[in-house]
Amino acid sequence: MIKWGRLTTFIVLVVAIFAIVISTSSMLYKKIPLGLDLQGGFEVLYQVGNSNQTITARDMSATVAALENRVNALGVSEPSIEVENGNRIRVSLAGQFNQVQARNFLSKEANLEFKSPTGQVLMTGKDLESNAHYEADPTTGAPEVAVQFKDPALFQAITQKYLGQPISIWLNGRMIDNPVIKDVITNGQATISGSSSAQAAIQLAELLNAGALPFPLHELSSTSVGPTLGQAALHSTLLAGAIGVALIFLFMIIMYRVPGLIAVVALIAYSYVLLAVFAGMQVTLTLTGLAALVLGIGMAVDANIITYERIKDELRSGKSLQSSVIAGQRKAIRTILDSNVTTLIAGIVMYGYGTGDVRGFAVALIASIIVSLLTAVLLSRTLLLLFIKANVVKNTWLFGISRKVANPS
Amino acid sequence: MRFAIVSRRKWFFLLSGTITLAGLIVMLIFGLNLGTDFKSGSQVQIVLNQPFNAEAVRAVFIKQGLPVGPEGITAAGTNNQMAVVRLSYPLSNAQEGKLNAAIKASFPKALVPPEYSTVDPIIAQEQSQTAVWAVLLASLGIVIYVAIRFEYRFAVAGIAALLHDAFIVISVFALLRLEVDLPFIAAVLTIVGYSINDTIVIFDRIRENLKGAKVKTLKELETLVDHSLWQTMARSINTVLTVLFAAMSLFFFGGDPIHNFCFALLVGLISGAYSSIFIASPIWVAWRGRAMARSQQTPAKA
Repeated sequence: MIKWGRLTTFIVLVVAIFAIVISTSSMLYKKIPLGLDLQGGFEVLYQVGNSNQTITARDMSATVAALENRVNALGVSEPSIEVENGNRIRVSLAGQFNQVQARNFLSKEANLEFKSPTGQVLMTGKDLESNAHYEADPTTGAPEVAVQFKDPALFQAITQKYLGQPISIWLNGRMIDNPVIKDVITNGQATISGSSSAQAAIQLAELLNAGALPFPLHELSSTSVGPTLGQAALHSTLLAGAIGVALIFLFMIIMYRVPGLIAVVALIAYSYVLLAVFAGMQVTLTLTGLAALVLGIGMAVDANIITYERIKDELRSGKSLQSSVIAGQRKAIRTILDSNVTTLIAGIVMYGYGTGDVRGFAVALIASIIVSLLTAVLLSRTLLLLFIKANVVKNTWLFGISRKVANPS
Repeated sequence: MRFAIVSRRKWFFLLSGTITLAGLIVMLIFGLNLGTDFKSGSQVQIVLNQPFNAEAVRAVFIKQGLPVGPEGITAAGTNNQMAVVRLSYPLSNAQEGKLNAAIKASFPKALVPPEYSTVDPIIAQEQSQTAVWAVLLASLGIVIYVAIRFEYRFAVAGIAALLHDAFIVISVFALLRLEVDLPFIAAVLTIVGYSINDTIVIFDRIRENLKGAKVKTLKELETLVDHSLWQTMARSINTVLTVLFAAMSLFFFGGDPIHNFCFALLVGLISGAYSSIFIASPIWVAWRGRAMARSQQTPAKA
């Protein structure tokens, strides 16, 4: 006899899963930050300071703060700036922007100094408001940078003291301007000339606004991927992933029939939950992360395969359908846990020890194992049990074994 | 009785040993084909989207005043339409900017900017060491867990199979002179994860069958393990098939930049499935069998 209550619960569950997946997955997908290999961008590993300098943790955070200012000035969304190995900083910027300019801008020094005729440093870039901007000289049209001092009184005192004398302006140890103070300036405004072009003046203004770097940065390694290349990689990977998943679904349905269909539902739920985890925790998806997901799908499918093979064993030994499913699931769970925990340990060690790509891989692997235990085990078990208890199917052929074996005479 | 696997273990050990040895010899003589991730200098990967002549690519670089070594340009990707150019010196940001324009002018179909990677020698060394340590430490963690849950012989046999798979992939890459880069490390890590997962499922069945069974001779142990292997055979094959479906579609349709990476995955997955059945379990039998023989001799003498 068919138990309609259980069958209805089963159908409602399946419909609910599909409804949630179909309605919200594209929204979730858009929220997942993509790594630079999938949307273009660059990653640079900087060494802070010269090798003979001692860099403290405080120096590092000051440098990170300065880099953050610069990244914000570039307007790149979701930058990642991480400290590694004490005196290194890894900056990853993904998205569409002029990479050559951006990279140049990030590490460019902007140590502005105002010096007296005797070489004494009177003021630095730190004394400026961050509203420096480009101007053309009203008479000559030469490019200039207009700046505003934070403390007009200090600037007034300086202009008073050095009236009629030149005050030199130095950028990164090179004199770019050497104007003679003609008047006492009370409003704290000044202009810096000496830029080679309007574009150079604009960049200088931006650098001054972003603030100077406390230490010089040296590029240790860099990777850059053009946006079109990244998008092409993303498209082909998604296409390949879709084909692969479709093949897996087809295989599961052909091999395991009814339970195979349930496994497919659970796998769809698995992919969806994983999508939600990536979007919710803002895990950046990279090509290596995708590889971990491929392995994850394999392991999620494996959990189902182990269970279904166990159920077949039980059916062959002559048990009824319902007791076979219950016994098969019970015996499979320990195997699944042991094999998943083993891989999980590998993932955790890789996360703790690795950097960069290895770490991204580990995060994706750990997430996929946990999610697959939830969906491929819990959900899939619940669905299969509900379906069996609904008593709709009695034919063991639908469980992937021939009638002959199932009913030994 | 189905095909006996365990008693033929010498042949499987010989097969794996030969491939490993060949890989080792090639590696010692020629070394691995290291990409810039592990060697200093710059590498440019250009998806040209058209068949190309290495000399035409070289000309673009020479015109920018960038010399390319005699074997510095190789074709890669699904249809060999991706050029991989390796330079022994680092490219500056400004040089990359100029190259972008030059490539677009000579190869209109190319995806520009291409992928540039530049690495300092110290970092290159660190990255490879980190990867090796990650695999070794992960192995240690697995040994401890499996030793607690099963027994230490299972743990060591599982790790032997895992290292075997990692080494087979490295050997194949050395033999075929394929480039080893950072994504390759991710592929090896994936294989390590798969291999141990695959092996544990079989060990779990052996452990289950051992319970209550009275195994006295090596012959009986071989039979029991063979039986366990055949009981899990459908699962072993079906699981590796599903993972291979995913890896193969990535290999054929996943695009040029991950072509090598997917090839490493394919080799490793097949090796992982093979070693779980033909290497890990037989190693365990050989070891356990020896221990059995010893413990049986001791009471006989006393």
